[in-house]
Amino acid sequence: MTMPELSRSPGAMEEQQPLGRNLKIAAMLEGAKLTFPVILGAIPFGVIFGTLADQAGLSFWAIMGLSVFVYGGASQIVAIGLITAGASVPVIILTTFVVNLRHILYAAALVERFKNLSHRWRIALAFFLTDETYATVNDQLMKRSDDWAKRELPYFQLGSSLAMYSNWSLCTFLGLTLGQLFPDIASWGLDFAMVATFTAMIPPYLTRKPSSPVWACIITSGVIAIVALDFPNKLGLMIAAISGIAVGFTLLKIRQRMDGSLHQRQQSRKEES
Amino acid sequence: MTALEEILMVLGMTLVTFGVRYALFARADRVRFSTSIKDALGFIPPAVLTAIVVPALLISKEGQINFSYDNPYLIAGILTLLLGLWRKDLLTAIAGGMAFFFALRWLLTL
Repeated sequence: MTMPELSRSPGAMEEQQPLGRNLKIAAMLEGAKLTFPVILGAIPFGVIFGTLADQAGLSFWAIMGLSVFVYGGASQIVAIGLITAGASVPVIILTTFVVNLRHILYAAALVERFKNLSHRWRIALAFFLTDETYATVNDQLMKRSDDWAKRELPYFQLGSSLAMYSNWSLCTFLGLTLGQLFPDIASWGLDFAMVATFTAMIPPYLTRKPSSPVWACIITSGVIAIVALDFPNKLGLMIAAISGIAVGFTLLKIRQRMDGSLHQRQQSRKEES
Repeated sequence: MTALEEILMVLGMTLVTFGVRYALFARADRVRFSTSIKDALGFIPPAVLTAIVVPALLISKEGQINFSYDNPYLIAGILTLLLGLWRKDLLTAIAGGMAFFFALRWLLTL
């Protein structure tokens, strides 16, 4: 297996040594390994999707096609709901667009780190960009150095993506098969696994003091998510997330300004004395 | 659904999903964010995670808000959060939360 080179221009990699082949594979394996917890949460979700899609009357190839080509769990489940309700294909596609809009936020958070990647790499990483892979990658970005991000992040993310992707296809297939054996599998409460996964990803943001803007961001997002509940197609999710970001950001700016003016006052006092 | 409708659906959903994910990456070498924008981007993960989780924990299958002790999603969700704060390990929090959820559901059916 040969890895495509990360850099498009020959000069861009001169500052640092390119990763050797073994290190590339090691970074990919590490990405796959650290994605294991979220994969655990995605297994029941994939099985439920396969089951529900089968019960909605979709053909085997359409169901596998959704998981292999679309590869977006939330939008796939919503599409099944729409099919059951008798919605037309354009409505399903438009809804998919709205449900997956949140990925723009993930792409925005990552894009500067990928500026030196070839288009081939960017296409691959974009295709595989899911909630789970983003959460795993972001978790590591909080813990590791910028140097790690420059050298290993693309391989790490690709490894994480491939693990998540193959598991998702496999679980869809399992759901298709199991759903015929256990028709009531969708009511077992397995969907809690995905909720538990995303819930478990929040605590790392709550380690700072409650007065931190992150707390305000989380509380705002949660409250607005309930208020905006009646908005269709996860629009409430976008409104809640953007409100949370706005409140957190505003508080951060106010704090930075206050710290700045405090710093200035201390400086000028020092100069006076 | 006819076979043609199925193909159009898979094709259309694939295009819009990939389009959303690739739109910014396509211009990655030209996109530059100011420090302020970068500060704002840092709030994306906690905001989106919370917006996904809160309705999922509070809303029953019938679409009603269920803010009570007999909602296993809510109780087990809070426990998952506490477990995560205490142990600081993703796998422990997910596995523990799921075990607690199924125990709770079983208890509620007794």
